[in-house]
Amino acid sequence: MRSHFTIIAALAILATLAPAPAAAQEAGDLETVLPDTIPLDTTPPAPVTGLTVRDYVDNDDDGTKIELAWTPSPDDGAGAADVLAYHVWRSTTAGVVGDSVGVAGAGSATFLDETAVPGTDYHYGVTAFDGTSHSAPATAGPVRGVRNWFAVSRTAVLVLAVVFFALVLAFTQLAERGAELFVRRIPGLNAIEEAVGRATEMGRPVLYVPGIGEIDNIMTIASLTILSHVAKITARYETPLIVPTARAVVMSAAEEVVKEAYAEAGHPDSYNRDNIRYLSDAQFAFAGAVNGIMLREKPAANLYLGAFWAESLLLAETGFEAGAIQVAGTAMVSQLPFFVTACDYTLLGEELYAASAYLSREPKLLGGLKGSDWMKVVTIALVVLGIILNAVGVESFAEWFHTS
Amino acid sequence: MRRQLPLALCFIFGVFTAIQYYVPHFRVQWFQERLLQWLMTLLAFAFLLGTVSLIKVHYHKLRDRAPDRGFSLVVFAGLFTMIGLGFIHPDHHAPGSPFNQMFLNVQVPIEATMFSLLAFYVASAAFRAFRARTLEATLLLIAAAIVMLGRVPIGDLISPKIPEATRWILEVPNLTAKRGVMIGVGLGMMATALKIMLGIERAWMGGSD
Repeated sequence: MRSHFTIIAALAILATLAPAPAAAQEAGDLETVLPDTIPLDTTPPAPVTGLTVRDYVDNDDDGTKIELAWTPSPDDGAGAADVLAYHVWRSTTAGVVGDSVGVAGAGSATFLDETAVPGTDYHYGVTAFDGTSHSAPATAGPVRGVRNWFAVSRTAVLVLAVVFFALVLAFTQLAERGAELFVRRIPGLNAIEEAVGRATEMGRPVLYVPGIGEIDNIMTIASLTILSHVAKITARYETPLIVPTARAVVMSAAEEVVKEAYAEAGHPDSYNRDNIRYLSDAQFAFAGAVNGIMLREKPAANLYLGAFWAESLLLAETGFEAGAIQVAGTAMVSQLPFFVTACDYTLLGEELYAASAYLSREPKLLGGLKGSDWMKVVTIALVVLGIILNAVGVESFAEWFHTS
Repeated sequence: MRRQLPLALCFIFGVFTAIQYYVPHFRVQWFQERLLQWLMTLLAFAFLLGTVSLIKVHYHKLRDRAPDRGFSLVVFAGLFTMIGLGFIHPDHHAPGSPFNQMFLNVQVPIEATMFSLLAFYVASAAFRAFRARTLEATLLLIAAAIVMLGRVPIGDLISPKIPEATRWILEVPNLTAKRGVMIGVGLGMMATALKIMLGIERAWMGGSD
């Protein structure tokens, strides 16, 4: 063992005494190290082709953005495979390369110039660069940045929205004139009154959870409209209604909704403000607190209507274990399977938005439902037409619906 | 006036929000950004209302000697401890500050525990849903069995067709149904928004007139 250490130590000493290769390079002439047979690359890469320039419209259009697109040089990743970058040049005069406005890496085919002066005509050039020389520039222009007042790419959405609103308003007018509008039976909504009735018979409260969405969530607004109807029923039956909320603004709105509903039902004194509760903004703290209410205050009917995320099954399974009749409704597609599994009735997607019209049977609200149904017919017709046109090679129709 | 003013504001801001989607001009977008900031400010103030409500409800439980008042004491202990710790340290978000320590070592594990309960709840709900009592439930059971097997390595070992069938179930019938629901949801949302903007739907304000 000792002899091994002696050999290693001797080798280490020799290594420190021997001249280092780096030192040799520093001392010697570079030409002795680098063979003079490597020629400098003086051949410029092949130029880019198909350069296009356009005014770029985004959601904060201040007219300073111009988008360039091109087909990369044949020497980018293939051919000589020596393109390192693309240089973008800008000038206000045609035929002049102008100033550099930026560099895009090899493999790029687009560049966004965000420094244009609105209303100024520009000519652009793009050169491929291999580290020593530039290709001949591809040029395009003139183009000017404009502060747009309309997003042309959203025309299809606007047209469809106008058609839809026209349908809704037309059916609302029809309904107001007394036309009979058929609305299919929605079992989940019929079950709400049954659930409240059951809670009344058992002398236990009704729990109404309007989801954990903020007040700017349309599902929460739809839920508040249903809450108004539910509160009127509980007021009539004099059954306590507990509304736990995860958002303070929703709590304030729910207070107003329930208070007004109790007043309209002729039972303003039955309204108990302590039953409209703010619990927590934290998702699972809220779920835990609602579960606690289910287990301690034992509501006989649980209504979950609004925007729900991962807490949906935590609530619905606890309610199931507690033996309550449960009605749920949400437009969160990923949560629907959980509610369908754990609840007695579930409002699927759009049924949540239909609830207010269905429960109140107000002609004006029913008109909105009919408008939605006819818009579905229009949508299905457009989808079928798009499929047929795409199948026969006409893609412009489907492309018209692309938005940015 | 009590109803007209909110309805008028709802109409004005609703129409503006709808229009700004089509108007990319930076001045319009600047105003939209301000609106969103106002909303955040409003929500921050409303948070105080929520805290007051929480304190009131639990104070009433303690005052009335409700049977479950022990939980109200826990709520107060947690609430005031965190408020106190927030004031003790100048930067309560700083790593190592007592507030941050309590948040990371108490609240986060408790929330993670609640979330992890979901796995057991999924199992118990699936057990009920997958009982082959009807034709639909049987189809659901078969589809679920294929998807579950196709998502784990043993599925591929049994037959390479199982992951393929899983992909087909998820990408064709499942996605088709999802998109159908989503189209209905989108139209329902737009119809509801229009009815609220025009004042046809007013129940969300309380009352129906």
